[in-house]
Amino acid sequence: MSTDIQSEAGADPSPEESPPSRAELAARVEELEDQLATVTADQEPTKVALIATKGTLDMAYPPLILASTAAAFGYEVTVFHTFWGLDILHEEHSADLKLSSVGNPNMPVPNVVGALPGMDRVTTRMMERRIDDNDTATVGELVETALEMGVEFQACQMTIDLLDYDEDDFFDGVTTGVGAATAVQDMAEADIQLLV
Amino acid sequence: MSVEFDIAETLDVKGASCPMPVIETKAATDGLVEGEVLEVLATDPGSVSDIDGWAAGTDGVELLKQVEGEDVYRHYVRKTE
Repeated sequence: MSTDIQSEAGADPSPEESPPSRAELAARVEELEDQLATVTADQEPTKVALIATKGTLDMAYPPLILASTAAAFGYEVTVFHTFWGLDILHEEHSADLKLSSVGNPNMPVPNVVGALPGMDRVTTRMMERRIDDNDTATVGELVETALEMGVEFQACQMTIDLLDYDEDDFFDGVTTGVGAATAVQDMAEADIQLLV
Repeated sequence: MSVEFDIAETLDVKGASCPMPVIETKAATDGLVEGEVLEVLATDPGSVSDIDGWAAGTDGVELLKQVEGEDVYRHYVRKTE
């Protein structure tokens, strides 16, 4: 039986096996070009998902600088702020972030001196002066700039409640009412994920 | 100092430090039409690498030239789309 089928096929090739005509090939190329154009047009922008967990003056800068710069690349950026990272988005607190005088051996004061009362204020003022002298943008300026550029700042709802903050405390345009699942979803969809 | 192309606009970010030269360059190029060239004057030494990296990774802009002067860095960016 199998030999029958073979000989039949050899004697009478089915139409599918005959070489395609030039017109058929041209039509196929056109079809593929259309598909390629659709795929290229549908290409989503690069996404960046940052997590900001720190609220000291020095640690407020990295997520803000990266977020605003990524937005300048045309990337879609979300920054999820949780725990002390919320203070970066807090309109009042962001203008008054502190630099710790202990815990950083690179500080010009030994930890034992840094632990004295009022030392955080001294080191903070020193850093603020340097930021000013160096024409470095303030934390508030960077938040406003990033918001204008379309960066989505998210304030973690659980830590808003935990720290007893109010939704109105944050800069206009900050997203509240979001939790860890939102952050995980953003990270899953992002090309760049970073915890600061 | 002369360059071999017409400059549509000059952005002065002298004194500004990271990330503002890139942020302001991006905002200024948004205001250009295709083919126009933006001149950026910066004093931040990091602007040489940063504007190069930004232009390479951003659609619709092309870095034509960077000139390192005595105390000013000049960057020339063309809007391509």
